[in-house]
Amino acid sequence: MIRVELPAPLRALARVDGELQFDLAAPVTQRAVVDAIEARFPMLRGTIRDQQSGRRRPFVRFYALQDDLSHEDPDAPLPDPVASGAEPYLIIGAMSGG
Amino acid sequence: MAGVRVLVGTRKGAFILTADEARRDWTVDGPHFPGWEIYHVAASPADPNRLYASQSSGWFGQLIQRSDDGGATWNPVDNTFAYDGETGTHQFYDGTPHPWEFKRVWHLEPSPTDPDVVYAGVEDAAIFRTTDGGKSWVELPGLRTHPTGPKWAPGAGGMCLHTILIDPSNPDRLYAAISAAGAFRSDDAGATWRPINNGLHSLYIPDPTAEVGHCVHRLAMHPSHPQRLFMQKHWDVMRSDDGGENWHEISGDLPSDFGFPIAVHAHEPETVYVVPIKSDAEHYPPDGKLRVYRSRGGSTAWEALTEGLPQEDCYVNVLRDAMAVDTLDQCGIYFGTTGGQVYASADGGDHWQAIVRDLPAVLSVEVQTLR
Repeated sequence: MIRVELPAPLRALARVDGELQFDLAAPVTQRAVVDAIEARFPMLRGTIRDQQSGRRRPFVRFYALQDDLSHEDPDAPLPDPVASGAEPYLIIGAMSGG
Repeated sequence: MAGVRVLVGTRKGAFILTADEARRDWTVDGPHFPGWEIYHVAASPADPNRLYASQSSGWFGQLIQRSDDGGATWNPVDNTFAYDGETGTHQFYDGTPHPWEFKRVWHLEPSPTDPDVVYAGVEDAAIFRTTDGGKSWVELPGLRTHPTGPKWAPGAGGMCLHTILIDPSNPDRLYAAISAAGAFRSDDAGATWRPINNGLHSLYIPDPTAEVGHCVHRLAMHPSHPQRLFMQKHWDVMRSDDGGENWHEISGDLPSDFGFPIAVHAHEPETVYVVPIKSDAEHYPPDGKLRVYRSRGGSTAWEALTEGLPQEDCYVNVLRDAMAVDTLDQCGIYFGTTGGQVYASADGGDHWQAIVRDLPAVLSVEVQTLR
């Protein structure tokens, strides 16, 4: 079970409080996480990644384990502590963009 | 009892301002979508409870929200604005070819007769339509793929399609305006388009009378005379009496003919309102005085309307989609400023009051007359 934290504007849009949890089949990748978010919350389609290109939006960042995973291969497996839910996967609005 | 509902889009949310027909005492509701840029909130003329809002942010992109209860509650609808086929290129700021890239929805224009039909004007310039209340958006690609498209270029605010007018006597006739390409007309419900810029003269492009390239800021039409159009261009206030085939200048004695919005009185098809701005570089009123100017009867003599507006030290701007009129017997005029004020006049512009003074910068103002 992976734990995901959304930025406040997206929590408001999705009408959720706190952390999200998803049971994903291994290997757990960044693409699989965003796929799962968009499947459960269709109103978030296009807010994290561009709907046409599939690319992360420029002012959205992905952090975990105090690392910036934004530029990592979206199909690479996430580190075990993140994939197992021991540590959360953070989706962040960058310090810019608004 | 009749009343009005003013729909205000700002840099950090939407606000809904309501009053009875006296338009003296106002209720301010909001912010809706706090923190998001709301380029436009528009209401269906066919169903006053049906509203659409363009919601976007630099972080999270574009959403469209729909309300079925007059703005009390909202739900996101489809936000997929995919260009149809090859996107091609337009001129970039430096003159080089640049591919079309969707950025945001500037303007929503609901059908006068069907609440599920809405046109959307987007940046980079294109027009989309929904026929199912926002569940899906489809481009009308005949505009973007016009042979002049490679010559279009962005204005300072981006290459935006900001104005859409629907001829109420002929729903197949649509007008659109793009900064900086110019005005366009379709006579087949948006399938094909042609530039209608004859008579425009723009010194900031290599050929001042070119077919396209003009920075049209806003078009306005009175529903009873849909052949007659008014235009606020980058510089120059223009008028056409033949559906945009030919334009002539009516700037007359305005203190500046630069500006953004233009509006027509609800009951006087030849009474027009503009807000002069000092220049393309100095986006604030001349002499620090916020003045709406009114022209009546086709005159090029403009009357300054100042009662209740700040007449010293005022350096706000009024953006292109931020002026609207109601249709009560005494026509009300409304506009919002980049300083966060929304002003209203309940008597056609003779007297003004600030409905609210301290909103985020106002991007758009629409008004519904509720009966």
